Amino acid sequence: MNPVLEVSKLSMNFGGLKALENISLDIFQNEIVSLIGPNGAGKTTFFNCITGIYTPVSGDIFISSLPQKTEKENICGLKPNIITKKGMARTFQNIRLFQNMTVLENVMIGRHVRTHAGIIASVLKLKKTRNEEKKIVDDSYNILKKTGIENFANEKASTLPYGAQRKLEIARALATEPFLLLLDEPAAGMNPAETIELGLLIKEIREKENISILLIEHDMKFVMNLCDKIFVLDYGKKIASGTPDAIQNNPVVIKAYLGEDFDFDA
Amino acid sequence: MFKLSEIIKSIAVSAWFMFLTFPILVIKVNTYEKTIDWRWKNMILIGIASFFLSFLWRYMLKQKEYGSDKKKSKASSFFKNTVKNPKFYTSSIVLILCLIIAFPFVFSIYQTNIMTSALMYVVLGLGLNIVVGLAGLLDLGYVAFFAVGAYSYALLNHHFGITFFMALPIGALLGAFFGILLGFPVLRLKGDYLAIVTLGFGEIIRLILENWNDFSFGPSGIANIPKPSFFGINLSIYETTTYMYFIMILLVFLTVFVVNRLEDSRIGRAWIALKEDEVACQAMGIDKTKTKLYAFATGAAWAGLAGVVFAAKTSFINPASFTFLESAIILSLIVLGGMGSIFGVITGAFIFILLPEYLRAFSDYRMLVFGAAMVLMMVFRPQGIIKKRRRFYKISDSGGKKQR
Ligand SMILES: Nc1ncnc2c1ncn2[C@@H]1O[C@H](COP(=O)(O)OP(=O)(O)OP(=O)(O)O)[C@@H](O)[C@H]1O
Ligand SMILES: [Mg+2]
Repeated sequence: MNPVLEVSKLSMNFGGLKALENISLDIFQNEIVSLIGPNGAGKTTFFNCITGIYTPVSGDIFISSLPQKTEKENICGLKPNIITKKGMARTFQNIRLFQNMTVLENVMIGRHVRTHAGIIASVLKLKKTRNEEKKIVDDSYNILKKTGIENFANEKASTLPYGAQRKLEIARALATEPFLLLLDEPAAGMNPAETIELGLLIKEIREKENISILLIEHDMKFVMNLCDKIFVLDYGKKIASGTPDAIQNNPVVIKAYLGEDFDFDA
Repeated sequence: MFKLSEIIKSIAVSAWFMFLTFPILVIKVNTYEKTIDWRWKNMILIGIASFFLSFLWRYMLKQKEYGSDKKKSKASSFFKNTVKNPKFYTSSIVLILCLIIAFPFVFSIYQTNIMTSALMYVVLGLGLNIVVGLAGLLDLGYVAFFAVGAYSYALLNHHFGITFFMALPIGALLGAFFGILLGFPVLRLKGDYLAIVTLGFGEIIRLILENWNDFSFGPSGIANIPKPSFFGINLSIYETTTYMYFIMILLVFLTVFVVNRLEDSRIGRAWIALKEDEVACQAMGIDKTKTKLYAFATGAAWAGLAGVVFAAKTSFINPASFTFLESAIILSLIVLGGMGSIFGVITGAFIFILLPEYLRAFSDYRMLVFGAAMVLMMVFRPQGIIKKRRRFYKISDSGGKKQR
């Protein structure tokens, strides 16, 4: 079986700064994988490269949305919207909701890529378009229910509490029907209760929706409890990979985190 | 409220205003007798007026900061209940329709003419509103598409005898085409850069029209553009004016209908999302290029349409009618009325076009009053007269019904 995502020798530079150097990694269907590393290690840059926001300097990114059947496909250098259409959706570390739109509308934007009505259809609003619109609303609302923020449906996104905003980012990404969900620090700014809830939500997404998940996170307890596999970045290089247990005891990883106030048992 | 510090502040303000207005309101040169009149009385009046107005100004600012919510709730809830009442709703629509139909029969040709131009600006405003208000692309060259529409009717009529009603769709299509033409090079630009380039584009179109004599007849323009024909019957001036008015009313209805549908559609939402956050928008799978071009094209199409009407209405066009000032007026009426809101744009167009006409009586001061009104708006109601509300979706858990 092909991995759903296979990154090989990905490199990215900003001027002289080597933000990523020969990163290889793969994720198999239904896995929850974490990408960790100290601040500035290049984690967000990695996300930006594989979602098409940056074009990597070198390397390949293969996906296979149906690992049993399809051939793998190189998506390196494609535009972000094409990559989303192919089935990878992401959230942002610094929340990027459509602040002045309602919560429901934010999710409805996620449905855009799976729906079709064009300008003329929208103006004529024939039965087909009406049904599609109705379906967009219903589907979006159901996704809100799944993520547990349906009570806010008609409120402006900017008025949501922080934890709910993070959830809305996930809901919006889910609306694009991804096979791989990329979460950039989904638990940042959440209180312990919210973090636990988030862990449950992520597991539920994996089980019910058959979606693989790659997440960046600084909360080690959260990562260790949730993930099947961990990759560790430091100064743009992959310094370790393996199961949570192996990572916790890996001296290289411990050294990378030394000097920062990180405690794996925290 | 009347603290010493406030009084000192107000004195400072009034001194400043006296100083500012000194050259225009106090000194008056009498060119016949070669003497100078010193009108000190004006200075005192200005001083007193600005002293008290500055108190009012501060009071209003404070009101705006906190008091507003409380006071609003009572008055506006009464207002809302009345508006929501279906009886009131239908009766007011009937009333407005009657007014619209009666207008040209009650008022003079002059008034009808002004109203027709105001309606033309409604269409222009709604078109630009798609580009600026919805998609967030600051387009300062919008008048170019207006010119494209006007010249396409004038030239096609001149050379091929194309009639008004045939020219309407052609003008709109050509407008849309030029919208896309402009759209391509500016796809990567944002904000100020986009504004500058579109402004340049508007000027280029005007300069071409001015200098390409063989094509556009240069600065002398094109005259004798026929008015729309009414089944081949010859109409009097009064009848033509009324006819134009009703054509314009129909076009406004068409525009409102289409823009309303678009706003509330998959494409419309994509435009709004694009305005909010381009990166997130793309990450959600929206094709930025396509969506922007759609916005430019649909926006420009209305300008093309309005251009055809303009050519027919004035029956003479030349490049001087399509200066940057026109773009600025259209943009200002959107901002004044309320960006993104259809009702707001209509209100803005009426205020912006009709008010200066009726203020002609005070012609010397009308631009001054107007400028002051704009500044006050920006301070006290930056979102425009009518604030855009997000749509409310009513969802029943079982199925999913939605209502306004
Ligand atoms: N657009 C950019 N231009 C220049 N340098 C950049 C850019 N984006 C990131 N960098 C640099 O690349 C390095 C990696 O940044 P990145 O944001 O990927 O780190 P990170 O691992 O996500 O860190 P954090 O945990 O703080 O989010 C940093 O040194 C950063 O300054
Ligand atoms: Mg980061």
